Amino acid sequence: MRNAWIICRKELGSYFASPIAYLLLTMFGLIFGYFFWTAVAVFVVEGMEMQMRGQMFPMNVNEQIIRPLFMNVSVIGLFMIPLITMRLFAEEKRTGTIELLATSPIRDMEIILGKWMAALLLYSSLLLFTALNFAFLFRYGNPDWKPLLVGYLGLLLQAGALLAIGTFISTLTRNQIIAGAATFAVCLLLYVFGWVSSFESATWARVLSYTSVSNHFESFVRGVIDSKDAIFFVTVIFLGLFLTARSMESLRWRS
Amino acid sequence: MITVKNLTKRYARTVAVDQVSFEVAKGQIVGFLGPNGAGKTTTMRMLTCFLPPSAGTANVAGFDVLEHPLEVKKRIGYLPETPPIYPEMETAEYLKFVGKLKGLRGADLQKRIDYVSERCAIADVKTKLLGKLSKGYRQRVGLAQAIIHNPDVLILDEPTAGLDPKQINETRDLIKDLAGEHTIILSTHILPEVEQTCEQVIIINKGKLVATDSVRNLQARARGAESVLVEVGGRDGSLELPIVQHKLEQVPGIGRVLCKQQVDGRAVFEIESQKGQMIRGDLARAIVQSGWDLNELRPSAMSLEEIFLQLTGSDATVEAENEKVEAVPEGVQP
Repeated sequence: MRNAWIICRKELGSYFASPIAYLLLTMFGLIFGYFFWTAVAVFVVEGMEMQMRGQMFPMNVNEQIIRPLFMNVSVIGLFMIPLITMRLFAEEKRTGTIELLATSPIRDMEIILGKWMAALLLYSSLLLFTALNFAFLFRYGNPDWKPLLVGYLGLLLQAGALLAIGTFISTLTRNQIIAGAATFAVCLLLYVFGWVSSFESATWARVLSYTSVSNHFESFVRGVIDSKDAIFFVTVIFLGLFLTARSMESLRWRS
Repeated sequence: MITVKNLTKRYARTVAVDQVSFEVAKGQIVGFLGPNGAGKTTTMRMLTCFLPPSAGTANVAGFDVLEHPLEVKKRIGYLPETPPIYPEMETAEYLKFVGKLKGLRGADLQKRIDYVSERCAIADVKTKLLGKLSKGYRQRVGLAQAIIHNPDVLILDEPTAGLDPKQINETRDLIKDLAGEHTIILSTHILPEVEQTCEQVIIINKGKLVATDSVRNLQARARGAESVLVEVGGRDGSLELPIVQHKLEQVPGIGRVLCKQQVDGRAVFEIESQKGQMIRGDLARAIVQSGWDLNELRPSAMSLEEIFLQLTGSDATVEAENEKVEAVPEGVQP
């Protein structure tokens, strides 16, 4: 585990020594900032209209601002995750530094865990932006913080699963662009697989929609920790990391 | 220190390393010699546990590469063909990272970083980004990285490739310097390098072991018997080959006379002496006294290079080699 931490520290260092971390932070900050601003603006306008009409429907910050924003973040994540994971192994393979890691007295799994953790930490640092914005809601409103935390948990689980898949894809090629593009395709598909359930109810459609990350993410956004959904994400994380380990091993046998 | 038995690496279509066996004793410097694509890198990768062998065994520092890879990895330092550096890291930061990877901690780590920085003469670039370093510095950082945990065995894949002559000499001296403490295998396709730095040579070609011997023995093999090329010309434009041949064979100390070519009135012979005999003087006298012209007489002593070519069985390799020396090394192909 100590070795995994060494790798993780080095990966984080690489992210923040290169422009990539700052680029991602800026992009995410801008995009999320825009979403946040529009969500709050709509909320304010609706609130004023209701007051003018004299209707007093209860308005809820959690349901009307935070919940849709979490859905937005999970979609923005689809674009960010390939950018985070594409370099993890592809770059090491291209520059040959993988030889250093593979001939050092550490286990493959420690290398993989370290890299995955670094990716997850970078993603978490993106989420800090959202926390910054949400802090305003607490300053001027009175949202419930428990569903907020559950939402964050859901985001992290979803990202962890997709990052594990991205890490795996990064071991398959030495070309970062290929790794990134393939990861994006897989992430997007996993996101939209849920749509089939709306028009088809055959077994294959149910299976397909079960593999969709968006379906499993929804419960978290509603503030509910559904063990079925949590287990789904944890399983995907394990599967992704397991495939990465197998892929690294086969790299050696084939090479 | 290193025992390799019938080591084989097969890929889908090719056999990269075919039943190679050799042994390296503690503290030796061994040159791993062969043309490009001979299987040097593959063999080294198997010794460093980067690639698993398809068949055969390799035992490094008392541990089998397949059964105890972690124990082997603790005891080896490896410098791949391209130094495995992260361009976005500073030299000191990189050495610290590698040191930690190899299991060094705390005061020990700092001590070793200082030691290898001084040893490899990279102390002056400690705070520079690795990506900005010159090829020579990168190579030395690569070497520093390989010795940071004071390994028993050092495996260096073409440590002097791509360096300028001065840097090559410095690197060779450094390697020779390290020999006392470590057992070193270095691969190269440059023959003088082996003559200068190594005690033992392992020559492989097309994945097969061709020869393994000490440098001294190989040189003795090269210089044991004198071999000369003689061009003899007839006075009046005609030369009777059998007579000349017979005459030459009469000269004392001659081992073998071989007519290599004959063009109107001239003939070139390759003549080998018996071991330890000097024949050139007698040979010249015999030819001139018989009334023929001695157009040319030059020694054709076999150099290590010729032995190498003879063993690896192709002339094309040397030219290919020379090209490679100048070419920029390509990316590693894992």
